[in-house]
Amino acid sequence: MSQTKNPLIGYGLMFAGIALLPLLGAYPIFVMKVMCYALFACAFNLLIGFTGLLSFGHAAFLGAAAYGAGHALKVWGLPVPLGLAFGVAAAAACGLVFGLLAIRRSGIYFSMITLALAQMLFFFFLQAQFTGGEDGLQAVPRGTLLGLDLGKDLTLYYVVLAIFIGAFWLIYRTVHSPFGQVLTSIRENEARATSLGYDVERFKLVAFVLSAALAGLAGATKTLVLGFATLTDAVWTTSGLVILMTLVGGMGTMVGPIVGALVIIALENKIGDAGKFLAEATGVQWFNGLGESVSLVTGLIFILCVLAFRRGLVGELGALLEKRKA
Amino acid sequence: MTDFFGIPLPALLGQLLLGLVNGSFYAMLSLGLAVIFGMLNIINFAHGALYMMGAFLAWMGLEYLGLNYWVMLLLAPLLVGVLGIAIERLLLQWLYKLDHLYGLLLTFGITLVTEGIFRSFYGVSGQQYSVPEALQGATNLGFMILPNYRAWVVVASIVVCLAVWALIEKTSLGATLRAGTENPKLVQAFGINVPRMITLTYAGGVALAAFAGVLAAPILQVTALMGSNLIIVVFAVVVIGGMGSILGSILTGLGLGVIEGLTKVFYPEASNTVVFVVMAIVLLVRPAGLFGKEK
Repeated sequence: MSQTKNPLIGYGLMFAGIALLPLLGAYPIFVMKVMCYALFACAFNLLIGFTGLLSFGHAAFLGAAAYGAGHALKVWGLPVPLGLAFGVAAAAACGLVFGLLAIRRSGIYFSMITLALAQMLFFFFLQAQFTGGEDGLQAVPRGTLLGLDLGKDLTLYYVVLAIFIGAFWLIYRTVHSPFGQVLTSIRENEARATSLGYDVERFKLVAFVLSAALAGLAGATKTLVLGFATLTDAVWTTSGLVILMTLVGGMGTMVGPIVGALVIIALENKIGDAGKFLAEATGVQWFNGLGESVSLVTGLIFILCVLAFRRGLVGELGALLEKRKA
Repeated sequence: MTDFFGIPLPALLGQLLLGLVNGSFYAMLSLGLAVIFGMLNIINFAHGALYMMGAFLAWMGLEYLGLNYWVMLLLAPLLVGVLGIAIERLLLQWLYKLDHLYGLLLTFGITLVTEGIFRSFYGVSGQQYSVPEALQGATNLGFMILPNYRAWVVVASIVVCLAVWALIEKTSLGATLRAGTENPKLVQAFGINVPRMITLTYAGGVALAAFAGVLAAPILQVTALMGSNLIIVVFAVVVIGGMGSILGSILTGLGLGVIEGLTKVFYPEASNTVVFVVMAIVLLVRPAGLFGKEK
């Protein structure tokens, strides 16, 4: 049904809904965290969903921007927009280096190379002075923006929402531009795209850097919201997490990664409670420890998605609606 | 004369040996990955988790059943091999027609589940496993003290790697296997059960990982996460070596272990990342890897 109407109306309603959430009693920090990961997943999806490149190192860009923005805001005392911009630039620079190396190989080699490079950056963050090692970068100030005090959760909420909408719009425009059409053609049939005369490697590289920069925007914003950057941002399991978010929501759909991020973050926050409930209901003490081994549950979801729901929640729903109509 | 670029010779040789030991693990794991990839076209992300399981099985065998190291060195790979059969039959076989990335993602999911289970029972602190009695102590070679167990690890893994290489490259079974990789339909037409061959190849590959895990148990801390950092280094090894050749993955694995060991002597800060730096350089010069063939 949404096929005939302008999809922008749907997106507008979605964002209006998100804007109303704090007034309806949602915890702003939680929603902001979801928005940051949703942006991260959207950026990742630009690569896997629309270009067909599986990066297994996207946490590197989240981490580079988180540390970059944190350092710029805390140590250099830069104003908020410049701090965020510095984080994004750091991520984009990493993206350029990674991209130049990784797109020399395709398929799973590409994935393995991004993973290895991200791990290299992780060890750098672990050993470098400015990152605070195991403790991370703590107490990053929120500061002010255009005279607005970002210390207030609600003010920051609408700033983060604005960033999120802006980035989403950029991704939407990219996907629906001639450039985006070339990316899709690379995903569908790389050899044919080459034979049509497109410089495939260059298109892939631009997409990769754009995706890295947007992932960086997510990381920088996350540091601003939570006030810290730690190794968790850059560790390779976070790269796995963003893949899972995109897979759960639906690869190659605009809204899928947002839904996926919401599902996974909510799950991470609630799984300990669910385990306690199960322990009480069944009397099996082992469930009490479920909160500490979230990876067990996320892993099962991973396996389930790959085997049965490859289109993700949004993708499967869309297919169902299509069937109804036909 | 006992100094070498300002480093005492025994220290240098000690690190070189450590590097060879790590290199043997890289070699065994990348060899298993290469064999599995050749037959199933799947990058087995679960390889690190199954290596971890091998180490844990060795520890559990001693802790709960009193089974010694030598028994577990045979039993653990067998058990993990059986688990491999189950994984291939229940999960992996549905993915062969799909894009490579689904195999990578599914085995990544298996890794998360396996690590989650071991974490939920044993936490993240390491379990100690002592060196078996027959291999305790060290031999004085005159120019260095050689710990017997480390020497055993290097010798055992090289022997196993060469045996696998000989099996694949020099026997008729290996010839069938390689033919099955090239053209499954044709080999099937000769009356050979290719699906079963695929299952057994996966089981063999992961058994090799478990064997490496048992070898590692007395040297490294046995923890739920011991495989997850290793597997990424092994991926880098695979990229450097190129997936084409069995011998290539053995040589690359050992060589990179040695390079890592030497870095630990001369510039310790870089020892964690040197493999990835080598990977970057190799990619710039030879995108297909040292032993790989450009497709």
